[in-house]
Amino acid sequence: MHSGILYSLGQSLREILTSLIGVPILVDLLMTIICATILLLIMATSALVFTLGERKICAFIQVRIGPNRVGPGGLLQSVADMLKLMDKEDIVPRGIDKWLWVLSPILLLVPSALIYAFFPFDDGVILADVNVGLFLLIAITSQTVLPFLMGGYASNSKYSLIGGMRTVAQMLGYEVPMVFALMGIVMITGSLKMSAIVEAQSDVWFIVLQPLAFLIYIITALVESNRPPFNIVEGESEIIAGPFTEYTGMRWALFFLAEFSNLMCIGILTTTLFLGGWHGPDFLPGFCWFWIKTFLCVLFYQWVGWTFPRARVDSMLSFGWKVLLPIALINVLLTGVGIYVYNVM
Amino acid sequence: MAQTEKYVLNMGPQHPSTHGVLQVQVELDGENIVGAKPVMGYLHRGIEKLMESRTYVQCVPFTDRLDYVSAMNNNLGFCMAVEKLAGIEVPERAEYIRVICAELNRIASHHVFIGSLTNDLGSATGMIYAFRDREKILDLFNIICGARMTAHYIRIGGVAADAQDEFLRDTQKFIDYVPEMLDEYNKLFSGNEIFQARMKKTSIITKEMALKFGMSGPNIRASGVDYDIRKIDKYGAYGKFDFEVPLGKRGDNWDRYMIRMKEIAESAKIIQQALDNMPEGPYMAKVPKVLRPPKGDAYHRVENTRGELGFYIVSDGSTKPYRVHIRRPSFVNLQALDTMCKGMLLADAVTAFATIDPLMGEVDC
Repeated sequence: MHSGILYSLGQSLREILTSLIGVPILVDLLMTIICATILLLIMATSALVFTLGERKICAFIQVRIGPNRVGPGGLLQSVADMLKLMDKEDIVPRGIDKWLWVLSPILLLVPSALIYAFFPFDDGVILADVNVGLFLLIAITSQTVLPFLMGGYASNSKYSLIGGMRTVAQMLGYEVPMVFALMGIVMITGSLKMSAIVEAQSDVWFIVLQPLAFLIYIITALVESNRPPFNIVEGESEIIAGPFTEYTGMRWALFFLAEFSNLMCIGILTTTLFLGGWHGPDFLPGFCWFWIKTFLCVLFYQWVGWTFPRARVDSMLSFGWKVLLPIALINVLLTGVGIYVYNVM
Repeated sequence: MAQTEKYVLNMGPQHPSTHGVLQVQVELDGENIVGAKPVMGYLHRGIEKLMESRTYVQCVPFTDRLDYVSAMNNNLGFCMAVEKLAGIEVPERAEYIRVICAELNRIASHHVFIGSLTNDLGSATGMIYAFRDREKILDLFNIICGARMTAHYIRIGGVAADAQDEFLRDTQKFIDYVPEMLDEYNKLFSGNEIFQARMKKTSIITKEMALKFGMSGPNIRASGVDYDIRKIDKYGAYGKFDFEVPLGKRGDNWDRYMIRMKEIAESAKIIQQALDNMPEGPYMAKVPKVLRPPKGDAYHRVENTRGELGFYIVSDGSTKPYRVHIRRPSFVNLQALDTMCKGMLLADAVTAFATIDPLMGEVDC
């Protein structure tokens, strides 16, 4: 019933494993492990690619050249960066809450890795196509607030604490409009299943049916992933680096990895929810369309981030509560009316 | 029962947004600022004292290091004070070259202002654009005297070397580029919604407050006080040029930013006039090899990029000044920081600091 190169590859792998092992449960387990490994690899690679991409794109926007010394055209720059980070001394400041401090970067990486299980990369290519996919996705992404707060609290630094508190404030202010914005999609699809949401866009993408929700989503997505112009949690000119002020070396690299993973996540989510996921003209396989759209989205988010100055905390929060939330509610109402009219006709 | 208390946050001396080594002890209630106390002295080099043990000619390079992003203006202030003291007549061509250099340096310094302001607002892109254009001016200085920042080009009695045709030609090229440059800045930040929201109606200094603090330069003009030494004293060749002094209305961050944007255009206007009417002649007056100004004292003030820069020199008739006192505009302007920050948010402290535009080399002296 599914088509596509990735799906048939997976099927043939499953057949080979079945003929070798025979026990269905073991085959399922093996397949899951293989999938999870591939997803983690995608995440790690994306961090490497985006480090370079971010630096090159940012350099282009800022009329600079960017890294061009390590490897041909600076291609190996991100590898060099990673090696440098691993080589750094692991500084543990005095007076910290040791356990919370150590756990914070690790816990931050867990939700960002976990949500990759719910992304439909191609027709039928999704690790966990659960019935409450979208709901789980939102629930898991909002977990990233906790590690930030933990890190901010545990660092015993005022800058970190302010950053940690800002995370909570912005999560409260922007999670709500985001959920209401996505409600429109769920109303049209009639399902929270990720594959069903993509399936529903085979004719018309949701960006056409839900333009308001799309606008709200890109703003809230920037906030959720701490990208500029809404990176008040990091706020490097005010509070140094917010919750990760006191982290160095690999611990800091984990925050960094999570940030890039989140950037790709919002790119993927924008693609999946509004831009038709893997749908596209037939001359390219579905997963190619998926990645092309994702990269374009990421490019867009980076472009926005490198152009605008940072919003201030109070104006940002009042914008979330007083502007985005009412618009999101109106969108829900309009969608309801639209569906009713459509059904009557 | 929840309990809250105020706390003190030490911003700096190691902080990305203090433009050097200033420490600001910010008293915070949550994110609201209750008070902000600037603590300075981290860059104190004792320049006033050092000058007492150098000859007048040797003193000039120290002035480069006061406000190191507008070195030419400082050179000008000190040299004119010594010339007043020793009664040296400066040739007209030298006066014109001095004006060109001082105004170019004013533009360069405003580039640093725009760059660091946008960087503090969280847009590193703005900084790169401003610094890209500042580089053009530094290249001009490189042509005329071989130095980029600490130029030491304006000397007692004139300037160090004549302005070559190459310099005049490239300066003309830069002046032609200025409107395009300002247009780009306006597109990039001035029209930006977030930028305006952060700048407008924040950190207001009223006319009365500005006068009470003894502020000067673009900061006091943003509050609506028409106070520009170039117009009042008409020192050097400034009396011969036609230019306007832009004034603000509200005295908020936005006014302080817009004043500087307009000043860039005015400076370009002055340079254009100086280029068009450049007289021929010597570039240096006859100054004795060993300069011994007569006993007495002299005060001369110039409009530095940041405000009123004054040099008070006391001579005891020897080759070295007996005492030098420098009236540094940044130092005086910085007083307003506490008033500007009160009742604002932590993010505004950074903006307020950036729009006062103090330079720590000058504050600490």
